Amino acid sequence: MDTFIQQMINGLSLGSIYALIALGYTMVYGIIKLINFAHGDIYMVGAFVGYTMINSFGMGFFPALVTAMALSALLGVLIERIAYKPLRNATRIAVLITAIGVSYLLQNGMLYFYGAGVRAFPQVLENKLYSVGGIKVSQIQLMIFGTTFILMILLQFIVQKTKMGKAMRAVSTDASAAQLMGINVDNTISFTFFLGSSLAGAAGVLVGLYYNTIDPMMGVAPGLKAFVAAVLGGIGIIPGAMIGGLTIGIIETMVSAYGNSMIRDAVVYGILILILIIRPAGILGKHVKEKV
Amino acid sequence: MKLVNKTNIGWLILAIATFLILQLAVSTGLISAYYEITLVTILINVILAVGLNLIIGFSGQFSLGHAGFMAIGAYTAGIISKYFPHYGGLFLGIIGGIILTSIVALIVGVPTLRLKGDYLAIATLGVAEIIRITIVNMQNVTNGAAGLSGIPYLAKWPLVYVFAVLTVLIVVNYTRSSPGRATIAIREDEIAAESMGINTTKYKTIAFVLGAATAAVGGALHASYFSVIRPGDFTFNKSIDILIIVVFGGIGSVTGSIIAAIVLGILNVFLQPFGSLRMIIYALALIVIMIFKPSGLLGNKEFTISGLLHLFGRKSTIKEEGKK
Repeated sequence: MDTFIQQMINGLSLGSIYALIALGYTMVYGIIKLINFAHGDIYMVGAFVGYTMINSFGMGFFPALVTAMALSALLGVLIERIAYKPLRNATRIAVLITAIGVSYLLQNGMLYFYGAGVRAFPQVLENKLYSVGGIKVSQIQLMIFGTTFILMILLQFIVQKTKMGKAMRAVSTDASAAQLMGINVDNTISFTFFLGSSLAGAAGVLVGLYYNTIDPMMGVAPGLKAFVAAVLGGIGIIPGAMIGGLTIGIIETMVSAYGNSMIRDAVVYGILILILIIRPAGILGKHVKEKV
Repeated sequence: MKLVNKTNIGWLILAIATFLILQLAVSTGLISAYYEITLVTILINVILAVGLNLIIGFSGQFSLGHAGFMAIGAYTAGIISKYFPHYGGLFLGIIGGIILTSIVALIVGVPTLRLKGDYLAIATLGVAEIIRITIVNMQNVTNGAAGLSGIPYLAKWPLVYVFAVLTVLIVVNYTRSSPGRATIAIREDEIAAESMGINTTKYKTIAFVLGAATAAVGGALHASYFSVIRPGDFTFNKSIDILIIVVFGGIGSVTGSIIAAIVLGILNVFLQPFGSLRMIIYALALIVIMIFKPSGLLGNKEFTISGLLHLFGRKSTIKEEGKK
């Protein structure tokens, strides 16, 4: 039982990180119906910014986290403005290919400047272990829970209570109707990228701390899994991404702990296909009737 | 329609002439052993891209798992032709790969193609990864992550060429058949097609399974030509590479896919000396092309012999009219 709870905590830490990345996927998909393949690489850039800030500028954990979030957010907006905005009226697959191009560019740009080697992430947090009745929680895990929790509350507040959040919801429901109501659709889309990318940047720094290592290709696998998480929860639905992320994290950890870690990823993708067959709109998704 | 007519003879001449030119270039050493690898890669990419174009361009469904189907074909052909190291074994392997791939494609396609939206993309993405992980874990059959080596080298370039021509022939003829027209109608407007009495799930599934089967052929030839296959050859990135060829050439244009496979194959050779900058240039080129020409090189235009004859016919009538 103890090991089960212990694995549950490990699963929740991993799941929190997936949830942070999945939020960006789900928001962007909700607003422009784009599977933003560059999102996993923004998370990677976030990790590298955090690494550089701590290593070269001697920053602490929180300043590095905030800088990584800010720079990732700017990168996200820049990518949207340069690469996706000119394609607003093009076919969706053209935008998808552009996103893949951006993803390759970020990966290979980082490979070029930082090299392919794996780097050790500086440990700015003391690796203290708290144990409660035989269950150990590390300080880093607590920090992951805390940061994720605060960021998600903040996101819910922005989306539900502010004017910009209202605009986001309006554009994702019907972009042209929103435009007629005087909402600046382009700015709203950029803002969505801003929010999503900043969360990915935060996830990057947290992963660096949690696993100690970063490399330019680190965004590929978590990116795909976070996308699976977004679909699992119901793509386009913000609470769905959180639930999906946590579910995927827990499943992955449990399969590694009690089954075979080699088939971990296969189980995750298998669940994805089951969900698509049984409940294609995802856990929280509603079935929308299509009108002519 | 007669089988022997002007257009069909035109295509036959074109296919044979291309073959003779390639044969001449190979035998005179203009295409050296090194460039022969490029030639075969281009031909295999033609097979893969034309098949994927049938799914994406003609039925309007995203598939992000082409590499998974390719892997099934490659491993089936690899394993069977290692037991029977002659052409019979290779053909048996190709047929086995096609059957196995079609079964997997049916299992994935039937439930997800009932739905509208990007569900096939998401499902195929997952299936390709599951296929790859399964191959890694079937240690005693597939030799796991280390891969299969010593596959008999039977698919020399003329054989690959024949298969490329056959694939193009089958796909193009399919899109011009009655089921093919129904598939295009679904791409244009699914609801309208449905209300005209077209069984949308059926035709989407046929196109998907046919496309997946061509991927198996491409994979089988890849295995036989390169003699070594590893699960790492068939990752998500491989699917994306093929997708890029399709979109770069123009979604819904078979001619475009062929030209894009050739252009990108040659571009790859020229970018080789740039080393690590190569992928950066490639990525930038991709973004720039998509921004300035989102419909790809050819859009949905096609090169046809009848169009060519028509063009020449019109030019000569204009000339004659000018003389008058």
